[in-house]
Amino acid sequence: MHIKKILNIRQTQSESLGGWLMSLPAVLGLALFMAFPFLLAIGLSFTNLRMGSPLPTRFIGFEAYQRVLTDPSFLRALMNNGLFALIVVPLQTVLALGLALFLNQKFKGIMFFRTLFFMPVVFPLSLVSVVWILMYAPGADGMINAFLQFISFGQISPQDFLHNPYLALPAIMLCSIWQGVGFQMVILLAGLQSIPDVLYEAAEIDRANQWQKFVHVTLPQLRNPLIFTALVTTILAFRVFDQVEIMTQGGPNGASTTVMYETVQTIFNRQQVGQSSAMTVIFFILVLVITLVQRSAAKQEREIE
Amino acid sequence: MSRSSIRTTILKGFKIGILLILTFLYISPILFMVVGSLKPDERVMADSGSLKAFVPAEASFQNYVDVFERVNLGRFMLNSIVITGSIVLIGLLINSMAGYAFARLRWKGRDVLFMGVAALMILPFESIAAPLFFQITRLGWRDTYLAQILPFIANAMSIYLFYSFFIGMPRQLEEAARIDGAGVFRTFAQIIVPNAKPVFATVAIVTFLMYWGFFLWPLMITSGEAVRPLPVAIATFRTLPPLKWGDIMAFGVMMVAPVLGLFLLFQKWFVKGVAQSGIKG
Repeated sequence: MHIKKILNIRQTQSESLGGWLMSLPAVLGLALFMAFPFLLAIGLSFTNLRMGSPLPTRFIGFEAYQRVLTDPSFLRALMNNGLFALIVVPLQTVLALGLALFLNQKFKGIMFFRTLFFMPVVFPLSLVSVVWILMYAPGADGMINAFLQFISFGQISPQDFLHNPYLALPAIMLCSIWQGVGFQMVILLAGLQSIPDVLYEAAEIDRANQWQKFVHVTLPQLRNPLIFTALVTTILAFRVFDQVEIMTQGGPNGASTTVMYETVQTIFNRQQVGQSSAMTVIFFILVLVITLVQRSAAKQEREIE
Repeated sequence: MSRSSIRTTILKGFKIGILLILTFLYISPILFMVVGSLKPDERVMADSGSLKAFVPAEASFQNYVDVFERVNLGRFMLNSIVITGSIVLIGLLINSMAGYAFARLRWKGRDVLFMGVAALMILPFESIAAPLFFQITRLGWRDTYLAQILPFIANAMSIYLFYSFFIGMPRQLEEAARIDGAGVFRTFAQIIVPNAKPVFATVAIVTFLMYWGFFLWPLMITSGEAVRPLPVAIATFRTLPPLKWGDIMAFGVMMVAPVLGLFLLFQKWFVKGVAQSGIKG
């Protein structure tokens, strides 16, 4: 007994030290390069700091926020991100669900199709953006123009997608869906495969048809994966940057600008650290609100079950 | 054939038809890129409006040679490998240790720190990009590997993935080692790590995918070619005159080929990793 006690005490001491030592590098890294810059952003957002400016930095209260929130290009960006989420999230989720349902069946060559639809997830967005610029090429020679002409029997005339104020943002949405749908599909597929067969057997005994099985068994069982993927896609919709920077530079005339694009422009080209920090904080609050709303939705659904 | 079996046959054919159309639409950007990379430059654009876009006529590797002549692709590739490799490998080490400390060891301050780590999970990189840019500029680290590696090694999401794996491991595993007098570090290295291969693979793949395609930060923080990784390099290459789409496609293929290779080799792990990071997150 005595020896075990000593062993225990020595163990706790070594655990105590070991715990600190083992977590230290990671905790330090997170503190220095995540927590600190975040707190810095909050602090700087109340100042007029500009990089390389000879003027002294002053505390200006909420002025930077006021400026950002009345800046038409930032508001445009916010609206574009909202629109992006509003259109891409449902569309991509439905598409991913369809694919997942399809690939949850047993048939020959299923692995080939699963691989295929997941593949773009490993493509860097910058590469995807570059390839899609060529696909969106204006004139009848462009791949997408030619395709649209073909399926509409020549009714749709060639468009300059990336320079058209009504089409630039939808064009970015389309290529984003192409790249991202595989991610959602894989998560939903995993969700589908964890639904116990007993539920479907019970539904069969009740003489449920395919559609009824889908509505009363599949969908309720998929609630949490669906809410999760919707959450991730919504947040991704607010983080959009790469495609915009490469395909349109926010144009034409702000038609495809995004919050992240504006934030980067503000610090990168205009050197306005204070204002870009305010944008950063607004961006974070947005993401936080989305997260909390969708988490509580997931929780409520769970309680209903 | 009975009536119902005719119906199922038709339905099956219909389903296969939809699948084939979808497959074609879905695969065409990739096919277009690969085929385009093999064609004489002027054919890439000219063929893109017809099905010829997917037929590699007059195939040659000239575009690939051109890319190497026009830019220092080897350099960009090396940069990407050094940066992503360091983030993944060092990250595996320190995030797994932290995950272990939070999951299995009792120490003062653990719960508070862990709550902090969990809170940082919802902080997207984008919401610190601007202040981090300011911070790194102040430190004089622009245009260095350091600025592209150091801030991304510690990762709250990875710590959480490790944490949730370690917390589910049976206690007996380490108790035996402890009684034998092994210290915390030795127990971790000799008992825990060998039994946690799946979570290491998951975290490695998820982090690798995230940083191999990382564009925003390297775009902000690098200006010269010396430390610039592939995602920024291809965006610059596209705007580099003369505009040659054949070369751009060849660049793209070379950029994604290593990842595709890894993906096809470890496909099961990729899918599992992504699905798991999704479920846990």
